[in-house]
Amino acid sequence: MHRFANPARFMRIAEPILPWTSVGALAAILLALYFGIFDSPADYQQGETVRIMYVHVPAAWMALFAYTLMALASGSFLIWKHPLADLSAQAAAPIGAGFTAIALVTGALWGQPMWGTWWVWDARLTSVLILFFLYLGYMALVNGFDDPERGSRMGAILALVGFINVPIIKFSVDWWNTLHQPASISRLDAPAIDTSMLIPLLLMAIGFKLFFISILILRIKIQLLKKRIRSIQLTH
Amino acid sequence: MDTVMAIIRRDLSLVMRQGSDAFVVLIFFIVTVTLFPLGVSPDPLILQNLASGIVWVGALLAAMLSLDRLFQTDYDDGSLELLVLSPYPLEIVVLCKCFVHWLTTGLPIMVISPVLALMLNIKTGAFLYLITSMALGTPIISLLGAVGAALVLGSRRSGVLIALLIIPLTIPILLFGVGAIQAATEGYNASSPLMFLGALLLFSIALCPWVIASSLRQVVS
Repeated sequence: MHRFANPARFMRIAEPILPWTSVGALAAILLALYFGIFDSPADYQQGETVRIMYVHVPAAWMALFAYTLMALASGSFLIWKHPLADLSAQAAAPIGAGFTAIALVTGALWGQPMWGTWWVWDARLTSVLILFFLYLGYMALVNGFDDPERGSRMGAILALVGFINVPIIKFSVDWWNTLHQPASISRLDAPAIDTSMLIPLLLMAIGFKLFFISILILRIKIQLLKKRIRSIQLTH
Repeated sequence: MDTVMAIIRRDLSLVMRQGSDAFVVLIFFIVTVTLFPLGVSPDPLILQNLASGIVWVGALLAAMLSLDRLFQTDYDDGSLELLVLSPYPLEIVVLCKCFVHWLTTGLPIMVISPVLALMLNIKTGAFLYLITSMALGTPIISLLGAVGAALVLGSRRSGVLIALLIIPLTIPILLFGVGAIQAATEGYNASSPLMFLGALLLFSIALCPWVIASSLRQVVS
């Protein structure tokens, strides 16, 4: 991992990956949409609204994944002072916040026909809402200092403190009796979902992950270039 | 131990001589709680159901108000650097400061809350649980709040930022605090939410000083 902490080496590897992940993301999302909308059955209970799942569930996975990545990067930034770790934590935050917002909005749209309400204050929904606030708080804190260096250090500590929320979200459906259904995919035995529905779900998850990687590389690249411009401006 | 007492005495006398700060928090608490009967409904039955929640939310918001000054004055006059550089473990110093913060905000809030709850027509059986949950919960607010105060030290708009960072983290306190009172008024066993609060308190006494100390070191370095 330390070998890739060098920004120049990172860019040499990330730059050629970028077109592949971008095209892959587009292809996987389009395929998932095709399978999800035209080539998968409606649910016997939920009818057509079950198709919201193909966006909702992968977005929620990404929301947790992005925060976990942010916390890991923040931890390694605090321990080893890798500048790249800090950049990737800061680059991941807005993407994660976006996925969290998508999960919350699609969840509300799905909840209205299924549960008869846009929003309930159960453990899963509330803890995801808190995750959204944590993302916003992190971004506000990082940008709240005149000295960007201090902003990244303080943000890194906050990201680690806020990580306590991630296992709470994951297990909220098991610990509390919630309206939100428990996990159907990541179980020890076989997933409790039919293959025809699993295909678009997993395709969308892959698409979202590739999309995340593409945007992450782009955002890191922009930050590196910005730093370079600043140092050039300082020397001239 | 002498150091601990010295720090506590210093911080206490600083707060006492400034005078108004702790008082303002208390007034804010009373005023926010007063808004609810006016804004929601003066009906005693409705207020009775809402009382525990109103008092707890008011206490949380009032505590947020006092947090930005926790390290700010020490940071401004440079004594924070001396505290960080001193040979005493910064974690203990920080714990003392949190304790003083609780003495000057959490304790007054805890003392006044039964009076406010009475005005909101809370059931008499709930008083004991209200005070116990406040006694366990307000120190956690001070500790978590100190984490926020240490993080935003030296930033722009620090007061608003603390609230934005810390309020999401205080939600468990609110849930268990109100849960204990609700359980007591509805005749259920209130001990498990109280035990959760106690566990949270121990957890934050053990962990928060480390987080606060490490962010203070980052500030000074």
